[in-house]
Amino acid sequence: MTALVEARPAVDEERPSRDRVKRPSAPRRVADALVTATGKVAAILVLLAVWETAPRLGLVDATFLPPFSTVVDAWWRLATSGQLADDTGASLARSLSGFGLAVAVAVPLGLLIGWYKPVATLLGPLLEVFRNTAALALLPVLVLLLGIGETSKIAIVCYACTWPILLNTISAVRGVDPTLLRLAKSVDLSGFRLFQKVILPAAVPTVFTGIRLAGAVSILVLVAAEMVGAKAGLGYLINASQFNFAIPRMYAGIITISAIGVVFNQVLVALERRFTSWRV
Amino acid sequence: MSGHISFRDVTKRFAVRDRASRRRTEFTAVRGVDLDVERGEFLVLVGPSGCGKSTLLDLLGGLTEPSEGRVLLDGAPITGPGLDRGVVFQQYALLPWRTAQGNVEFGLEAAGVPRRERPGRAREFLDLVGLAGFEDRHPHQLSGGMRQRVAIARSLAYDPAVLLMDEPFAALDAQTRESLQDELLRIWRRTGKTVVFITHSIDEAVYLGQRVAVLTSRPGRVKEVVGIELGDRADGVDLRSSAEFARYRHRIWELLHDEVSRAQRQEKEVAPV
Ligand SMILES: Nc1ncnc2c1ncn2[C@@H]1O[C@H](COP(=O)(O)OP(=O)(O)OP(=O)(O)O)[C@@H](O)[C@H]1O
Ligand SMILES: [Mg+2]
Repeated sequence: MTALVEARPAVDEERPSRDRVKRPSAPRRVADALVTATGKVAAILVLLAVWETAPRLGLVDATFLPPFSTVVDAWWRLATSGQLADDTGASLARSLSGFGLAVAVAVPLGLLIGWYKPVATLLGPLLEVFRNTAALALLPVLVLLLGIGETSKIAIVCYACTWPILLNTISAVRGVDPTLLRLAKSVDLSGFRLFQKVILPAAVPTVFTGIRLAGAVSILVLVAAEMVGAKAGLGYLINASQFNFAIPRMYAGIITISAIGVVFNQVLVALERRFTSWRV
Repeated sequence: MSGHISFRDVTKRFAVRDRASRRRTEFTAVRGVDLDVERGEFLVLVGPSGCGKSTLLDLLGGLTEPSEGRVLLDGAPITGPGLDRGVVFQQYALLPWRTAQGNVEFGLEAAGVPRRERPGRAREFLDLVGLAGFEDRHPHQLSGGMRQRVAIARSLAYDPAVLLMDEPFAALDAQTRESLQDELLRIWRRTGKTVVFITHSIDEAVYLGQRVAVLTSRPGRVKEVVGIELGDRADGVDLRSSAEFARYRHRIWELLHDEVSRAQRQEKEVAPV
């Protein structure tokens, strides 16, 4: 969150003064920021309050939806016993490996497909087929081929993350402003230098959109994959807790995953801002 | 016998797909253009919309090739783009991720200017177009006029002999436009470059051009080249309201008028592409 706030002023402060909206005084700004922050967390606080009171008032069955404080309690015990760290570590390692692999493969591949017509013609039909195959439908296949261990889980995450990155990268390259291409041509830029100086920087924002989508996908898919034959990981934790009827632990696992998802997304957003700070 | 730039009986056709019959047909944008531009001359091209002005500039820039005829630069046919010609586009064509300075350096990088010389050269030319102090702004932080000045600085910085400008001031307000016109004339006199300048504005054509080439409606040919003799542009004289200026304006308006109405009739008859 802090990186987010820091990334902005770099642009704002350079604005010509006539564009700048009159800044309110410092105490006023702090007050405004507090109001905004309160507004942002208000909805979450309401949700938590309902979660806490509804089971206590008997509006829902406390066995299936224990009060939030009970969940926090379970979460704390998981955290202190070290199990949470183990499971989170296992999940993150898989998620990030799959995600990282996907970035490493899909960005260059997308650039190639987007730029070189023959590559697009060659791979186009193949992409069409695979892209319309749901990632999780392939999980059994991957388990058969790669076994039930880490490889198949990383592979499924990588597979699922590849698509948003690949498709966005392709359209990023194809969507480069034609005037910029004409400009490059007029100064006789071609080949690698054209790619490096025009295509690549122009594609960055759209590529990042894909990477951000893939970040969310990596966690969604991983949890599902971990529910099938894993011995550690948050998906495993959730599934096993439900199986053992340790309902508060199950919710503790779910909350952890949501938190990781939010943090991961914020990190990617901050990175995106850093790389595209030249945008309006 | 040939000048600095010569169009020799140049025809340019585009392959287009007819929408109704779905057949490929040819579309003639310009036909049989003959035109010479002297070294150091400021030539303005005017003509009805769609008559092929941009096409002629693209041919000069080496961005397309003629279907027939030849486009010569110093006696040799133009075979492709090159840094001996600088193009200023109507849409500025600035790289949004680079600062003003970075955009000017882009041309220098393409021209192979050593890394150490680039920042100084870029600053020098930003200064020349009146943008000293704006080096670190990104394009979205600049006004339209400033952006176009960055584009002009970029084209000047790698020192092409010829400057090709396609309606560079069309998107600007009247005041900015006039001040950029004066600035361009000042730079042109100082650098002695050959300028080929496209505009839709008759006033701009008369004010800037040493000669104004009027094109016919599509397919474009050179209808007439009008030499402009406005005498010395002494400071403080409002050239635009002089009697001679009005005479030239009227002359070009007459030449254009018939062509514009013909072009409009054409467009109603067939709406190609
Ligand atoms: N790549 C292309 N493919 C097919 N037709 C084209 C192409 N480029 C231009 N044309 C056609 O050639 C004709 C001349 O185009 P050009 O852009 O040179 O006109 P122009 O005189 O610059 O017009 P304007 O004043 O509106 O900019 C137009 O009718 C246009 O439709
Ligand atoms: Mg044009």
